[in-house]
Amino acid sequence: MNIVVLVKQVPDTWSERKLRADDSTLDRDAADAVINELDDYAIEEGLRLQEAHGGEVTIVSMGPEKAADAIRKALSMGADRAVHVTDEALRGSDGLVTSDVLAKVLSRTGFDLVILGSESTDARMGTLAAMLAERLGVPQMSFASKVETDGSKITINRQADYGYDTVEATLPAVVSVVEKINEPRYPSFKGIMAAKKKPVETLSLADLGMEAGQAGLSASATEVVSFANRPPRAAGTIVTDEGDGGVKAAEFLAARKFI
Amino acid sequence: MAEILVLAEHDGETVKKVTTELLTLARAHGEPAVVWTGEGADGARARLAEFGAAKVYVADSPDYADYVVAPKAELLAHLIAEKAPAAVLVAATSEGREVAGRLAVKTGSGVLTDVTGLADGLVGEQSIFGGAITVQSKVRTGTPIIAVRPNAVTPEPAAGAAEIETVNFSVSDDAKTARVTGKVVAQRGERPELTEASIVVSGGRGLGSGEHFALIEQLADSLGAAVGASRAATDAGWYPHQFQVGQTGKTVSPQLYLAIGISGAIQHRAGMQTSKTIMVVNKDPEAPIFELADFGVVGDLFKVVPQLVEEIGKRSEG
Repeated sequence: MNIVVLVKQVPDTWSERKLRADDSTLDRDAADAVINELDDYAIEEGLRLQEAHGGEVTIVSMGPEKAADAIRKALSMGADRAVHVTDEALRGSDGLVTSDVLAKVLSRTGFDLVILGSESTDARMGTLAAMLAERLGVPQMSFASKVETDGSKITINRQADYGYDTVEATLPAVVSVVEKINEPRYPSFKGIMAAKKKPVETLSLADLGMEAGQAGLSASATEVVSFANRPPRAAGTIVTDEGDGGVKAAEFLAARKFI
Repeated sequence: MAEILVLAEHDGETVKKVTTELLTLARAHGEPAVVWTGEGADGARARLAEFGAAKVYVADSPDYADYVVAPKAELLAHLIAEKAPAAVLVAATSEGREVAGRLAVKTGSGVLTDVTGLADGLVGEQSIFGGAITVQSKVRTGTPIIAVRPNAVTPEPAAGAAEIETVNFSVSDDAKTARVTGKVVAQRGERPELTEASIVVSGGRGLGSGEHFALIEQLADSLGAAVGASRAATDAGWYPHQFQVGQTGKTVSPQLYLAIGISGAIQHRAGMQTSKTIMVVNKDPEAPIFELADFGVVGDLFKVVPQLVEEIGKRSEG
């Protein structure tokens, strides 16, 4: 089975995340860069399906040069090879443009299954799987908390507010995963060493048959007009429970008309 | 005035609260027209009229529920071509955002997700990086597609005609590739949905076990609230995953959020930071969650919460 896992490098949630004052894009120098958390689950699911059905796991990532670190981590978990789309002209691309670029890469690599995290921790749009399914004309199997396939048919549990739906389709398909799906492995020492020798193909926009004007900030269908740091919350009232903490909490709720 | 399409979220009978919020928002920018998929439009019509819907476009086919997302996007693309609306509003639920994504690709339009307000010129307000930064964005290509965060807008009634118009549209086979074969509903009693609830009570590591979530449920039920959980609690299997509030779970912004036994790791704060009022109960006075608290009690939750539940009971009787 030809499995492609999409990986995104994002600013670490634990460091201070900022936007650039000049063009309102993400300030990639301000924060530590890490692999998007849900992508670990996507990689793990790809590897498990490969263990069951054979074939190859290819990592695809679009991002600046240093996104090579995220790709390396994915390879050290056990993926076979990677494609890194990197081009200065991609900077500031919105979801629509990103899905266009990735769809072109996927048409090039071919796939039975595309697996990705259901959202990234930075943009948090949660739309990429849907956009890719639309562009590639394949079934959308998103928000999966469980995936089963026999190599031609695929069934998932699609997580919903009320529980889940079971959804069925025929491969090829795009699958997005939620963290309930598995427990990602840690890269082993052997895996880390092996990753250094695995092939990583680097692609520019031109390699995909695209021109600079078709990507990046200027080609995006949305724009940031302005932004501001949210004012800090006013300090609240903190009391120590001396046997009447519940009563005081109720008084607060009553004063605010919640009860 | 140009039309604004509002995709209704409903259960086949009742329209969800978020749709009344979308109608309230749409009224300020155009003439709201509801898009209703599947059955139930006649029954919900009065409610849609109450919140100012001028029209209700009804596409009554089981396809919209039987196949994942794509049929709804196809229908909306058809209506954009036919009605040339000024914008399309959907709820920023998992499904709503996916409908927006597909529709954006189909129509070459820009999409804004998780919008909390709309200013003149359809400039959307978004809260990013766990609420640390507020961004004003707009769509500059195609028909603006805007996914609005549930609970961000207070629904306000205003009479509308809610004139029903049947849409003659059949979903293509291309949109019928991911088939829903079953629905499994988790037990959650009569509680409101997490992202829609005005009050959310969440429990975390401090509860120590799944059984102790009964305490959180009691408190939630005394307030008519939804129950949420921190990642520590869902990872430990104490509460089902779909109730997780946080960066890798749900983002909520209720009127009141109660964090019980939750330390407030950034991953949790990212999902609840924009709540209007926040109350905290935690035994550790150094817990970062207290930085967000409008009211906090430093104490043992197993003493404070039962007393709070009892006190709420007394007050509601009185």
